[in-house]
Amino acid sequence: MHYSQIPMHIPDNFLSLMVSIIGWIVTAVTLRFAISKTNKSLGEKQIPLMGVMAAFIFAAQMINFPVLGGTSGHLLGGALAAIVLGPWAGMLVMTAVIAVQALLFQDGGLVVMGANILNMGLITSAVGYGLYRGMYEQSKPLKLAVIGFAAWLSVMTAALLTSLQIWLSGNAELRIILPAMLFVHTFIGIGEALVTVAAVSFIMQTRPDLLGEGSESASASRNWAWVGGAIALAVVLFSPLASADPDGLERVAIDLGFIGIAADAPYQIIPDYTVPFLGETFISTIVAGVIGVIVVAAVMILIGRGLKVKSSKP
Amino acid sequence: MPVSHITSTYHAPECEGDVLRVRDLFFTYPDGHDALHGVSLKLCGGDKAALVGPNGAGKSTLMLHLNGILHGRGEIEIGGRKLTRENLPEIRSMVGLVFQNPDDQLFSPTVFEDVAFGPLHMGLTEADVRARVASALEAVRMTAYKDRLSHHLSVGEKKRIAIATVLSMNPSLLILDEPSAGLDPRARRSLINLLRELPISMLVSTHDMAMVKELFPRTVVMDEGRIVADALTLDILADEDLLLVHGLEKP
Amino acid sequence: MHFDAFDRYHEKESFVHRLDPRVKAVITILFILSNALLPDGAWIALLFAWMFLLAANVLSSLGIFYTLKNSLIALPFALIAVTVLFSTPGKPVYSFFVFSSHFVVSDAAIVRFVSILIRSWLSVQMAILLVAVTRFPDLIHALEHLRVPVILTTIIAFLYRYLFVLVDEVYRLIRAREARSASLHGHRAGGGIFWRARVTGSMTGQLFLRSYERSDRVYNAMISRGYAGHLYTLNPHEMKPGDYFTLAFSIALIFILQLIGRL
Repeated sequence: MHYSQIPMHIPDNFLSLMVSIIGWIVTAVTLRFAISKTNKSLGEKQIPLMGVMAAFIFAAQMINFPVLGGTSGHLLGGALAAIVLGPWAGMLVMTAVIAVQALLFQDGGLVVMGANILNMGLITSAVGYGLYRGMYEQSKPLKLAVIGFAAWLSVMTAALLTSLQIWLSGNAELRIILPAMLFVHTFIGIGEALVTVAAVSFIMQTRPDLLGEGSESASASRNWAWVGGAIALAVVLFSPLASADPDGLERVAIDLGFIGIAADAPYQIIPDYTVPFLGETFISTIVAGVIGVIVVAAVMILIGRGLKVKSSKP
Repeated sequence: MPVSHITSTYHAPECEGDVLRVRDLFFTYPDGHDALHGVSLKLCGGDKAALVGPNGAGKSTLMLHLNGILHGRGEIEIGGRKLTRENLPEIRSMVGLVFQNPDDQLFSPTVFEDVAFGPLHMGLTEADVRARVASALEAVRMTAYKDRLSHHLSVGEKKRIAIATVLSMNPSLLILDEPSAGLDPRARRSLINLLRELPISMLVSTHDMAMVKELFPRTVVMDEGRIVADALTLDILADEDLLLVHGLEKP
Repeated sequence: MHFDAFDRYHEKESFVHRLDPRVKAVITILFILSNALLPDGAWIALLFAWMFLLAANVLSSLGIFYTLKNSLIALPFALIAVTVLFSTPGKPVYSFFVFSSHFVVSDAAIVRFVSILIRSWLSVQMAILLVAVTRFPDLIHALEHLRVPVILTTIIAFLYRYLFVLVDEVYRLIRAREARSASLHGHRAGGGIFWRARVTGSMTGQLFLRSYERSDRVYNAMISRGYAGHLYTLNPHEMKPGDYFTLAFSIALIFILQLIGRL
């Protein structure tokens, strides 16, 4: 296949309905914010710019290079998109890329698309931009080194989130999936880091003016640096701990009720609803599913309403 | 007989209702590159003129001024109306600008959406938009392509659709940048026929001197940001010194 | 050059092709949701779900096993679900040791594993069918109608349009790279991993610059045709009685499918 080979696009039915819905809600809220931000910062040029840039990320993912043995490295692009376009535009661009991969190529599912966008588009942009922004004033070699680390970490963060979601859905055992995903993505992340650094340094040499595009205000920059640093710290501390003692994490999750919520929540939203001859679980599951759909639809409609750009008949 | 300054000997025929009048246009790019250096030009209704000259002469820069994408110092009038920021939307519907690369011009997934883009953004009703699309596609003989996907078209087909995307705005002046570039002989031939048939004033930038000779009675030569000659095509092509100095070849 | 590998649409005259894209998108999503809601081991319901899918295949005139033949791409991810085999409690069927870790496979685990595979496999087939019977621009319109923010659908439309153009450019860049990286017999071609990453990165950077410049030209083409920050779109689709009926009928079938799964 020509397109993405990163084993991170979750197909449908590998996440529980509740995890999928939570993924959609987080993604929708973040995207709504991103849309209002890019409306302000890029103005009327944002549509052609982000549109062509989305095609760029998609096409750039197809440039692969041999790494080790039969495997090849190529770009995921979240960090790169956020560095060259700014974090919010980067998120929208990655969302379009992931949506087309799922819709057109079935690379990643439809109901789980919210989670996929969160993992591969939103978090990667936030980590990549945050760390880069923290080093904006520094010398070029240091900046490039941080960009490399940011790109690597963006892939690791995505892998970590993906594993946690699958595990919370009750579809994998943490002690297997977490080390496996992190191990594989350690190397994929190195490819991401090398290509991102080389691409950014190429742009720095030829068109340094473009890297200022979508730059944030000083206070926003500081906030981004904090966000990037916090996520980085969390991933760096959490991953080894969780890998070393997944059973411990599992116990914690069970104690806190996370696993129960994730796997059984549809049954618990309306626990008292029973219909004699059909039984409790059936109807409540259906209704819970319907409620889930309504929640997602409501969030999407709210976003649509809140937009400045409106589709309208002239 | 070599004539060094045809400009002084040729006067475009006086006419009522100029479609285009440019007076003393100067423009410098932000990077300091001096692109236009006092350009003056006039086009009568029904005129079909070629704009020739070496790369970097300022042809494309001039064209981008004609519908207000770039703003230089000087005066531009379209159909007797001065181009200002206020009447930009109106001017843009009067001047149809067709870019060199049809992949830049055709940015929608389907032919219909692209041809409808201009009329839609002029604020026409849905019925009017559909009528405009139909007649524009008819004019470029591409009616059957209405629902096609843009990326499935050949270069020649893309160029025709690109012309339709501005015809649908009913412009009074058509500006084309290198329309015959990259076409195979058959597609080039059919494009030349199309340009001949279209009953609209046009200014066409090109390196294709054979097309100039065949299609345009009048030729404007640009070099280094200036208009160095503006005359009947026959006279320009006869002036071998002029052609040589400005890097042009006789067809 | 055309990359038809990116065109998933199959031109056919069929009932399903003529349906409103919204109806097809909604039925696809509902079908996938329904699969997610079916309990593990609801074999009969899963069988009916498969028949629903086969019927959709037939009604699309694509051949009854069209989606089956195109559905293998989703399988690699199934490896991850293998871990389910060791994590679901139940009656032990088989157990073994690796590095002093004890792995137990239970009967319930096998049921769960197979259920996940079948569900996800049916879902992927429905998604394949959706793009095979719906032109992608129509799908974008459907998203617009379903209240996806216009700015996102527009970015997706641009992505779809310029995907083909930029992929052409990628192939030109890759060919240029290959033309310059000849290898002598017995010598390893093209430097170490850093060198290769650097070349790839430069190509990516170059592609970025070309794309950036293109977005400028596209912007010019848009404003010269009256764009001023507001996007207007026509609504080319209208729901017909047949669309409503098909939607209602499919929802009813999916509902019955859920009933069967619970009996």
